[in-house]
Amino acid sequence: MRRTVAVVGASLAGLSAARALRAQCYDGRIVVIGDEAHAPYDRPPLSKEFLAGRASLADIALGTPDDTDLDVEWRLGTTAVGLDHLDRSVRLADGSEVRADGVVLATGARARRLSGSEGLRGVHVLRSLDDAVALREDLATAAHLVVIGAGFIGAEVASTARTLGLEVTVVETQPVPLAGPLGADMGAVCAQLHADHGTRLLVGSGVAGLVGTGRVEAVELTDGTRLPADVVVVGIGATPNVEWLADSGVALGNGVLTDARCATSIPGVVAVGDCAAAWSTSRERHVRVEHWTHALEQPATAVATLLGTDRPAPTPVPYFWSDQYGARIQFAGSRREDDEVRVLEGSRADRSFLAVYERHGDPVAVLGVDQPRLFTRWRRQLRTAVLTHS
Amino acid sequence: MLLRYQRSVAVSATYPPGAPMIPVCPTTALPPGEAIRVEATEPIAVFNVDGDFYAIDDTCTHQDASLADGWLDGCAVECPLHASCFDLRTGKVSGPPAKTPVRTHRVVVQDGTVYVQPGTAADGAA
Ligand SMILES: Cc1cc2nc3c(=O)[nH]c(=O)nc-3n(C[C@H](O)[C@H](O)[C@H](O)COP(=O)(O)OP(=O)(O)OC[C@H]3O[C@@H](n4cnc5c(N)ncnc54)[C@H](O)[C@@H]3O)c2cc1C
Ligand code: FES
Repeated sequence: MRRTVAVVGASLAGLSAARALRAQCYDGRIVVIGDEAHAPYDRPPLSKEFLAGRASLADIALGTPDDTDLDVEWRLGTTAVGLDHLDRSVRLADGSEVRADGVVLATGARARRLSGSEGLRGVHVLRSLDDAVALREDLATAAHLVVIGAGFIGAEVASTARTLGLEVTVVETQPVPLAGPLGADMGAVCAQLHADHGTRLLVGSGVAGLVGTGRVEAVELTDGTRLPADVVVVGIGATPNVEWLADSGVALGNGVLTDARCATSIPGVVAVGDCAAAWSTSRERHVRVEHWTHALEQPATAVATLLGTDRPAPTPVPYFWSDQYGARIQFAGSRREDDEVRVLEGSRADRSFLAVYERHGDPVAVLGVDQPRLFTRWRRQLRTAVLTHS
Repeated sequence: MLLRYQRSVAVSATYPPGAPMIPVCPTTALPPGEAIRVEATEPIAVFNVDGDFYAIDDTCTHQDASLADGWLDGCAVECPLHASCFDLRTGKVSGPPAKTPVRTHRVVVQDGTVYVQPGTAADGAA
């Protein structure tokens, strides 16, 4: 009998897993189950070119003509509701089952919502294509946008909305936006992009609630301020889609817990991408990474684990980018709170610079704003350093 | 601004097929492992791979990154933004997110000067 691998989640990590299976010479059956009706598409443009109307659905499709050679059985528009660890069968919402020899969990994450915003028109989150289409329609007739959360997605939506001519206010609870990923110093520099482009940024402001009946009219802050809004975008992070695994015996924490090679607590089941929290030897804890390049590259490791073949090492240097107000923000490496940051090239004032994060004098991470060439060289150098040290 | 000059050359003309050759720079200005951008209407990137010169469209087919800013690894250049790799000989892309190849252009070295002939695919290109 032919072997079967079931991939649950039909987005970047799921498609990359299917590609990795074939690239690693797996010739059995591949079934990819995805709850969205759409063929795999790319999410980063949803807050950028696609939201601005500069990219079409065809532009953001992830599949290529070569992918037909993957010979995948697609089950789109179908939600997985359970996993039986004894025979590794995936239960689907329509009552059917896919029995598999190997399972790749790639269910990603969903946007966190603001409680009390249910059913109020004009309030959006941005995670899926359907979210982006709905938001784009709403922005087309709006004048005032309030974005709750100045993280990457909030900042990108604010930036895109400015290019569409809206008046934009961004509300952030933390004193410094992006301090988590970039550190307070560099987070503050990047946050200046908002003011440079006429977006109002309110930091250290808690949201008390949304005002409006039927349709949102304003955002009320904890200090009583009311910010008028035709549209509100909530960008306060994402939650891994793992509830469906609650009874499966798969160990869960902040995501599906795996070892450094993507193996879960159940043999024959691996997890990748935004839904997975892999063990990080250097940080001595499970880390859930929510970045594109990670979801693209990590499945090769997971598939090698599943096939029991030679295992390529997981990507040693994490990388992500963000495009805001025409500026290209790129970050690579692993930053800790007490690392020293030095600007090596360019200047903060020009919003074009390369900054290196150092620990005991050694470079551990690099941030580039509008410095793709230098950044690429530093990213490479970090990769070489990590490979020779490990 | 010597560095700047070395990295980018301005050319005013657009380039129909069979267009005349554009002088890019002296070979000594483009050492192995380096790239230079030719600023035409559709910019071209010229690379030196261990003494062999290659030219492709400078703009990545995924978004608007400059491939002359990318990382050269043998005959492949990795896009500086999202890391799709293009083969300098054929223009083919090896992996996502870019889905379409870049065009290649013929390079000629004469009397110590590198020239590109835009619109003429390099020998062996796809
Ligand atoms: C708007 C936006 C902009 C972004 N911009 C950037 C950026 O600029 N740079 C960057 O590095 N990263 C960016 N990211 C992050 C990047 O897109 C993610 O890291 C990546 O999509 C993760 O891929 P994934 O396949 O693991 O998960 P996802 O893309 O979340 O895909 C998971 C899929 O599984 C489906 N699914 C969930 N549960 C089930 C179930 N029970 N049964 C079947 N299917 C299920 C989901 O509906 C979804 O289709 C952005 C993300 C968003 C939302
Ligand atoms: S712009 Fe080149 S890969 Fe995205």
